[in-house]
Amino acid sequence: MRTSRFIAARSIPWTLIVFLVAAWVPWLGSRYDTFLGTQIAIDALFAVSLNLLLGTTGLVSFGHVAYFGIGSYACGILMKTYGVPFILAFPASGLVAAGFALVFGFFCVRLSAIYFAMLTLAFSQIVWAICFKWNAVTGGDQGLPNIPYPSFDWMSAIPGLGDLRIADQFYLLTIALVALSLAALRQITRSPFGRMLTTIRDNPERAAFIGINVRAYELAAFSVAGGFAGFAGALYGIFNRGVFADYVFWSKSAEVMIMTILGGINYFWGPPVGAFALVWLNQEITSYTQYWPFVLGVILLVLLFAFPGGIVGGLVAGFGRVRRLVYRHA
Amino acid sequence: MLDVRGLSKSFAGFVAVDGVSLAVETHQIAAVIGPNGAGKSTFFNLITGHLRPDGGQVLLDGRDITGVPPHRICRMGVGRSFQRTNIFPRLSVFENVQAALLAHRGRGRDFWSRSEGFYRDETSALLQSIGLGPQAVTVAGTLSYGNQKQLELGIALASEPSVLLLDEPTAGMSASETHDSIRLLERIAEERGLTLIFTEHDMEVVFGIAEKIAVLHQGRILAEGTPDEVRRDPDVRRVYLGERS
Amino acid sequence: MAASFLFSQFVGGLTTAMFLFLIASGLSLVFGVMRVLNFAHGSFYMFGAYLAWEAMRWLSPSPEAFWPAVLLAALGIAALGFVVERLLLRHLYGQEELYQLLFTYALVLILGDAAKFIWGTGELSVSRPPILASSLSLFGTDVPLYNLFIMVLGPAIAVGGWLILSRSGAGRMVRAASYDREMLDALGANVGGIFTGMFVVSSFLAGLSGALVTPIISIVPGMDVEIIVQAFIVVVIGGLGSFWGTFWGSVIYGQVLSFGILIFPGFSLFSVFALMAVILILRPWGLFGRPIR
Repeated sequence: MRTSRFIAARSIPWTLIVFLVAAWVPWLGSRYDTFLGTQIAIDALFAVSLNLLLGTTGLVSFGHVAYFGIGSYACGILMKTYGVPFILAFPASGLVAAGFALVFGFFCVRLSAIYFAMLTLAFSQIVWAICFKWNAVTGGDQGLPNIPYPSFDWMSAIPGLGDLRIADQFYLLTIALVALSLAALRQITRSPFGRMLTTIRDNPERAAFIGINVRAYELAAFSVAGGFAGFAGALYGIFNRGVFADYVFWSKSAEVMIMTILGGINYFWGPPVGAFALVWLNQEITSYTQYWPFVLGVILLVLLFAFPGGIVGGLVAGFGRVRRLVYRHA
Repeated sequence: MLDVRGLSKSFAGFVAVDGVSLAVETHQIAAVIGPNGAGKSTFFNLITGHLRPDGGQVLLDGRDITGVPPHRICRMGVGRSFQRTNIFPRLSVFENVQAALLAHRGRGRDFWSRSEGFYRDETSALLQSIGLGPQAVTVAGTLSYGNQKQLELGIALASEPSVLLLDEPTAGMSASETHDSIRLLERIAEERGLTLIFTEHDMEVVFGIAEKIAVLHQGRILAEGTPDEVRRDPDVRRVYLGERS
Repeated sequence: MAASFLFSQFVGGLTTAMFLFLIASGLSLVFGVMRVLNFAHGSFYMFGAYLAWEAMRWLSPSPEAFWPAVLLAALGIAALGFVVERLLLRHLYGQEELYQLLFTYALVLILGDAAKFIWGTGELSVSRPPILASSLSLFGTDVPLYNLFIMVLGPAIAVGGWLILSRSGAGRMVRAASYDREMLDALGANVGGIFTGMFVVSSFLAGLSGALVTPIISIVPGMDVEIIVQAFIVVVIGGLGSFWGTFWGSVIYGQVLSFGILIFPGFSLFSVFALMAVILILRPWGLFGRPIR
């Protein structure tokens, strides 16, 4: 019963569908909707990259924002200081972030549980401190304002897309890149490599004794996750028209983790749903009150005590109950 | 096949294993028995690389594998089941065995295929041979204890071992489950030409199928030999009197 | 460099250390016994400070009310800890450790904003109690009596705590719980009660520390996060779960802070986390912890 329906659901190209639906926002929605949409897309990628560690491999990283920030700075510095075009700067940012993740991760994966988490946090704060202080390269506490947009001449050449405002064009570029990245991450989680990661999550001791070099796989996952976080960061720097040190502050690591868990760590689409929910909630609530942290804390409490499976987890469980109810009455 | 020489291990002054030697030949079924705390699990952990020995050597077909990390020892053909059931609880039974096959056949670096398509027939066949065919889609964590132990055997077999170390394979089982389990083990060992070494409490089990028995007591070998020799050994009788199950 | 200057830095470092010890010991105890790293510990400290200020206002205008105010504040936070543990935290014990951590983080968010809501975002201060208002001249520098008091109180609590942990029946239970809680439970001990007790004691220490620090620093939002980060580093240096490790870790870190700023002006931001990273890489179990990875 469960198997056949889920297999059908799994062969639908969800990434493509979500992308096509999202692509209509500039025409159907307002400027504000496009703005929110870009934010959501970027956060969704950031959250899914974290979930490669959290939900797939069982690694709890408190310092994932470091790679987001490194991606932001790499792209920003390349584009603003050195005039490198986006088409080169973007992949370079991901590679730089993945490279740092490889180096930091090497030390982190040698530790377990709470020590791993604390070292990821320590490295993340070191990155923040460097970004905050190194005026020459990162602009120090002033950051790097006025990051240029990528050139959109190629997009304006496509019929129908020439009249769009630049923010809309950037939105379309963002969701395209995010969709590609999500598709790649989806493939990774379904691949044999991804299967090895889930065995590490479920039982690292047993994983070692089916022949898996656990540290090597964890390091690979850490690096890949860092790379995709870097992509998200690169997009964010352009979106915000500037890169600043507070992008790398640990509270953002907490935020993305809450987003991921809010959506549901056991499902690939959990974190994007969480990103959507949190960005939307944030916008709504900050317009009424300055006490957003309080509200976030309450949301987190409700989540932990009532819906540990997150939104998607709750929905799936709910559907299961409805289906059983339907079958009983059929 | 497996030649252990003078293996020793202490933990903060406590001597867990003291100069233990054991030689097991290919296709032999050997058992290591002893009361609780005799050092059986530590002994296995030393062989399979989960612990580094303080002294001694482990040779597999003449190759020195002392202190080699577990994932490499597994690849060399040593399989193991653990005392506390060690499976992948959130994966299905099928996925558990399939994952072991994927790891063993070196597919772990494959980023671009879908894992679900690989080795489906082999996985099904393996599940059938250990009696878990009908439960292929069940989530492993929800299986009964006995079935989990069977699954654990399946995972160990998927790595195509030549030597299989089983740590208390019938712990916690009823008499009939134990009987079935042992028959299964015998059959599989024969079908696959395995060398089997297991630790056990249950004397019936041990004397039923082992060809060679080593008795461990307080970290040292008390006696070694065929079941009859061990049964008649005065030291063994002294230690075990009253402990027969 | 004048000896008097060095000495005043040294004293400053010890004072900081003792406050850190009061906080970090609670953090370390709770982690050792319950395996929960309580992020909200700094929030309890901050609330202790605010409560002390509030109690001073409420009790009487005279600065002699300091001592009862401190006691009230510490007890108030202990009560808060009791409520938090009994009503909320204990329902998460069976779950993943991550969820317990996130719970404490949710508390940080909630308590942080609650403090801003109740007491605003400005700086508040409390004056020193009259008995300890003056200073002593030592080695050419003026050492405030209040600081001396703290430097004596810290080790006194350390020794007292150590004696209770190592000699009393309750202490033995606590130590047993930190080694193997399942076994203790199987033996019929009230593990739940031990957990509640530990949490309440650690909350009391946090509240006490916050209340006692009010004459020295101003009470501002953000002091919760600032102190918890330093407490983390102290427990990493000393070893998570080790009592004396926390004490010596605080002493060492207090001096590092005090003298480090002289050598390297940009010190606090970078070096603090670099120190933590180096220790976690080379010797994760700190000075006195149990060698595990």
